[in-house]
Amino acid sequence: MDRFQSHDYYLMDELLTEEQILIREALRAYLKKEVSPIIEDYYERAAFPYQIIEGLAQYGCFGPYIPEEYGGPGLDQITYGILMQELERVDSGVRSTASVQSSLVMYPIWKYGTEEQRRKYLPKLATGEMMGCFGLTEPDFGSNPGGMLSRFEDQGDHYVLNGSKMWISNAPFADVAVVWAKDEADRIHGLIVEKGMEGFSAPEMKGKHSLRASATGELLFSNVKVPKENLLPGRSGLGAPLSCLDSARYGIAWGAIGAAMDCYDSALRYSKERIQFDKPIASFQLIQKKLAEMITEITKAQLLTFRLGQLRNEGRATSAQISMAKRNNVEMALNICREARQIHGAMGVSNEYSCMRHMANLESVVTYEGTHDIHLLITGMDITGIPAFQ
Amino acid sequence: MKILVAISKVPDSTSKISFKDNNTQFDEAGIQFIVNPYDEWYALVRALELKENLGGAVTTITVGEANADPVIRKALAIGADDAVRIDAEPVDALFTANQIASFARDKGYDLIMFGKETINYNGSQVGAMAAGLLDLPYVSNASSLEVSGSSARLERDIQGGSQVIDVDLPAVISASKGMAEQRIPNMKGIMSARKKKLEVVAPIEAPRHTEVLSYSLPEAKSEVKLIDPDNPTELIELLHKEAKVI
Ligand SMILES: Cc1cc2nc3c(=O)[nH]c(=O)nc-3n(C[C@H](O)[C@H](O)[C@H](O)COP(=O)(O)OP(=O)(O)OC[C@H]3O[C@@H](n4cnc5c(N)ncnc54)[C@H](O)[C@@H]3O)c2cc1C
Repeated sequence: MDRFQSHDYYLMDELLTEEQILIREALRAYLKKEVSPIIEDYYERAAFPYQIIEGLAQYGCFGPYIPEEYGGPGLDQITYGILMQELERVDSGVRSTASVQSSLVMYPIWKYGTEEQRRKYLPKLATGEMMGCFGLTEPDFGSNPGGMLSRFEDQGDHYVLNGSKMWISNAPFADVAVVWAKDEADRIHGLIVEKGMEGFSAPEMKGKHSLRASATGELLFSNVKVPKENLLPGRSGLGAPLSCLDSARYGIAWGAIGAAMDCYDSALRYSKERIQFDKPIASFQLIQKKLAEMITEITKAQLLTFRLGQLRNEGRATSAQISMAKRNNVEMALNICREARQIHGAMGVSNEYSCMRHMANLESVVTYEGTHDIHLLITGMDITGIPAFQ
Repeated sequence: MKILVAISKVPDSTSKISFKDNNTQFDEAGIQFIVNPYDEWYALVRALELKENLGGAVTTITVGEANADPVIRKALAIGADDAVRIDAEPVDALFTANQIASFARDKGYDLIMFGKETINYNGSQVGAMAAGLLDLPYVSNASSLEVSGSSARLERDIQGGSQVIDVDLPAVISASKGMAEQRIPNMKGIMSARKKKLEVVAPIEAPRHTEVLSYSLPEAKSEVKLIDPDNPTELIELLHKEAKVI
């Protein structure tokens, strides 16, 4: 097959630096060589391809914005976005692994951790020697994490953690978990829980129809003794985990464009090759309408997301702005996957093409990190000043 | 080992090619440039392997204007120690070879490496001309290169077999497929490339003996007809009536 070409209708590449393009091309070349050929098989077997961890680390996918002194490359937010886009062009599950490691594990340790915690964990998380997960969601608290039941108590020289988390990406193989739980005063704090601590287990959750190449699990805590130095002291309250979600959602906004581009690319090629009624199906107006709308939506999302990246680089992007981009782009990508799948006819349901895998993956993406509807409520609250969550 | 590797920029092989100025100029608008694969995958990577095994340094040299900097940066990210850009448009092979030879002269390189050709113009001339200007031995189209002491052993694929050549160093060589495996620059390499030196050198006066009169695109390929394997009658029919070969 021909090489994938970036779909860049508004010449957005001209806004990127030479280095950003080099980083994108390098990751693209790596993914094409090592990940694209195997992803369908791992997806089908619902297995996580551990062998790619080292490569993802080498190409900067774990904590790209973490400063060099903590083992990261210290890149800007737009480069982070570009990396997530390339990953999700291949598979949302692979992107999820990198998002969690970067924004939900490294980010809170960097922003809210002590200097010792940063030095202890960040360099190893950057190389993939250590993998992490983020435990916020609980069986009874998803969209409303503030109601969480997980708790820890101060026992003098350590804390004791009890509770459970569910739907946690990377949990089955994570060496460290950033876990959010309430203290005696009902205030939410982040704790770094390490694999092997007594009373802590992380069983895998099976049977997903989506993100099958990403491992998801539970986190179970039964009287887990957590050393006091494992508390993230820099920030507490629901705002602490939500700020991590801001970082991850921003990456998802870029990632979703990747999935959309891959489906559009595939649909465009297929429609020019597939002959029906003696013509390529691309010559029919209804197919052209689909394709024209796809590239229009992708282009709009690219512009929205690039601007959001600039705002994030300047430290000015609001949670509500990030929320809008996550919601818009994921929905845009889901719609494009569905349309692209239709353009492929029956071939669209086969694993020879990626549309249906992307589509199934995006059903998780549209739900995690705030469901589509919750993001609508966030925008609603932002513009009216009236929260409509309860 | 002191190695100089010539690096040039070429259009990505998926680029749509068009010409301007009455078909006398290649139109660079909207073209994404890459490092010429023969320079990158084979010459540069082999040079780096030699350096890793034998010690020394790898410098890249490019004759080009500032728009060649991204491909030079990539060569640095892959692992070259430093880079030189001769600030001139590479107008023809002799002009380019003169620039490289003039820079390389008296700098004590053990090896000067080229790709066997660029994938845009396929001239295969610059390496040979530079060797001539420097009065150094030249081996073209080498698919393997080993260095021991003050000589190098090269293997060349030739019609129906291969040829093994020993050459005294310093020498000029050109690399073909097989000499090394592609290396993708990783984040560490890209970061360290930021700090590496890219020296811009003024060109020397050099003659230009050729002039491009025009370019044209190849004829569009005629369409391929796919015939169902269970339908040999149709195949015979088409070979007979359309292709008129039977
Ligand atoms: C594959 C996968 C990986 C995940 N990884 C992680 C992870 O790593 N870490 C983590 O902490 N979590 C993770 N999650 C969990 C995810 O964040 C939650 O599923 C998500 O927040 C939604 O929560 P819920 O599933 O409990 O749905 P619910 O909150 O029960 O929502 C159900 C439905 O009700 C709607 N709804 C809820 N409240 C309102 C309201 N006020 N108004 C209108 N509609 C409402 C929602 O929009 C949704 O449509 C993951 C989920 C999946 C599927």
